[in-house]
Amino acid sequence: MGGPRPNLVGSTLEADTPNSLVVRFGADRPLTMEAGVNLAPLTIAYQTYGALNAAKSNAFLICHALTGDQHAANVNPVTGKGGWWETMVGRGKPIDTDRFFVICANVVGGCMGTTGPASINPATGRPYGLDLPVVTIADMVRAQAMLIDHLGIDSLFCVAGGSMGGMQVLQWAASYPERVFSALPIAAAAKHSAQNIAFHEVGRQAIMADPDWRGGRYLSEGVSPGKGLAVARMAAHITYLSESALQRRFGRKLQNRAERTFSFDADFQIESYLRHQGSIFVERFDPNSYLFMTRAMDYFDLAADYGGALAGAFKGAKTRFCVVSFTSDWLFPTSDSRAIVHALNAGGASVSFVEIETDKGHDAFLLEEPDLFATTRGFIDAAARARGLPTAARSGR
Amino acid sequence: MTTPAPQTRIDLVRVAEMVEPGSRVLDVGCGDGALLRLLAERRGVDGRGIELSQQGVNDCVANGLSVVQGDADKDLADYPDDAFDYVILSQTLQATRQPRVVLEHMLRIGRRAIVSFPNFGHWRIRAQLAFKGRMPVTENLSHAWYDTPNIHFCTIRDFVLLTREVQAQIETSAALDNLGRPLQVNLPWWTQNLIGEQAVFLLRRSR
Repeated sequence: MGGPRPNLVGSTLEADTPNSLVVRFGADRPLTMEAGVNLAPLTIAYQTYGALNAAKSNAFLICHALTGDQHAANVNPVTGKGGWWETMVGRGKPIDTDRFFVICANVVGGCMGTTGPASINPATGRPYGLDLPVVTIADMVRAQAMLIDHLGIDSLFCVAGGSMGGMQVLQWAASYPERVFSALPIAAAAKHSAQNIAFHEVGRQAIMADPDWRGGRYLSEGVSPGKGLAVARMAAHITYLSESALQRRFGRKLQNRAERTFSFDADFQIESYLRHQGSIFVERFDPNSYLFMTRAMDYFDLAADYGGALAGAFKGAKTRFCVVSFTSDWLFPTSDSRAIVHALNAGGASVSFVEIETDKGHDAFLLEEPDLFATTRGFIDAAARARGLPTAARSGR
Repeated sequence: MTTPAPQTRIDLVRVAEMVEPGSRVLDVGCGDGALLRLLAERRGVDGRGIELSQQGVNDCVANGLSVVQGDADKDLADYPDDAFDYVILSQTLQATRQPRVVLEHMLRIGRRAIVSFPNFGHWRIRAQLAFKGRMPVTENLSHAWYDTPNIHFCTIRDFVLLTREVQAQIETSAALDNLGRPLQVNLPWWTQNLIGEQAVFLLRRSR
């Protein structure tokens, strides 16, 4: 897995010349980062779907997860596959592009065109690598706000996202309550748990232990720590699934063989599956970007910014919230969502909370989940009515 | 959490009539959201719900209602004082573990509380215990003693005494028949307690 370096082509090309809409902010408009530095210039690569209405009241921001990107509902220019949230975003879907102006931007620190470690640092002419300041969820959101300003939008009808995207949703609601009419954090948490930080650290160590990582300067040196990144993805991928789904799908089934081979080949189907997940990931993702993304999630602790009480983050919030969790998600378990709901209630906010029964684990937010579609559709349509936006003309998908 | 009686709909209409139009309402044990929908349609309220059953919650949210999965016994403590104009507990009090604590939270969170409950003092129930020597099972309270979710039954008289204990003032009250229709007003308490199948109380803090 992770051959010599053909894998780099796709991601590095996208990092500096993305197949996306792009906005560039110069030295006059730096991104003030939590690390205490200003980032300039800043490029934000983004996609939009649907049309902004005259009142600019139908803008719907989607925040992507750890290894996601701005290509939520179009063919991905690197993988050639469909967008990562085509289940939810499109004509007649819960996030209805016939009615909403949907925006999705690659986060700061990403590798699909927004400034990240694979982008060229204009000061050196070489990729930033680890010279990029450590990025936080709040930094990502502040950059998105710059994009929204650039698009001339005062207030977003809705901000939605799963996992790290859900963290951004919570940060949006806390940082810009008056700009967020409704918020849909899915399979998210207001802080990253010790267990989740631990898994991320395993992934980072795998990348940094790859001799081709070269202290983060692999792009300049023409190599790639593909093996390390693949191992990181394999470990992480396990956390996105549930034990019961793994058992049901793979069990102890052998991969294209009748007997054990008494070797360290991928005898089991689950091994083969994980190796495949690792190798296809390497073809589309920048290893340093993986370090930055996981770090951003680890650092996320919304309550810490409000004196330790999460309710403080949402005090007096007018935003309508719908919090969604999945029963078999052990990475962001329902208890994490419940903590958000408690804080929202304590802050007097308007909140719905659904826990969806599924064995698909954390990844359920990306998959075919009829209950997810039904409840989010209900929430979004009710919010649209309250905002005076047209409600679904048709209910089919 | 709710143990909906067959006459729930008429019962809900009585409850809805007690709510001032345009107010903020928390419905504790909102089930499938029937009361919240009624309140939104007829009284224009800004309604929220808590429901124990996840399926009930999902149905409510899919219908555009603001509902969270939660437990009256555990989760009311999270709500701030005076967050709502009304907190409603419809046919659920008898299924809570700590009815008194729940009622106190309701009076803290809401300026007013509306409580409806089945009256265990009804003559038919008294008669079953007195003459059959068996735990009462009626059309409206159809569970056997060993599988009932209703662990804290009370009579109308008991409830009136509880309102005094928690220093609540009764603004209005009505004993209802088995179809949810109010009995003749101004009956003495003992009569209501004998012939009312259920009761609805509108309470407020007296302090």
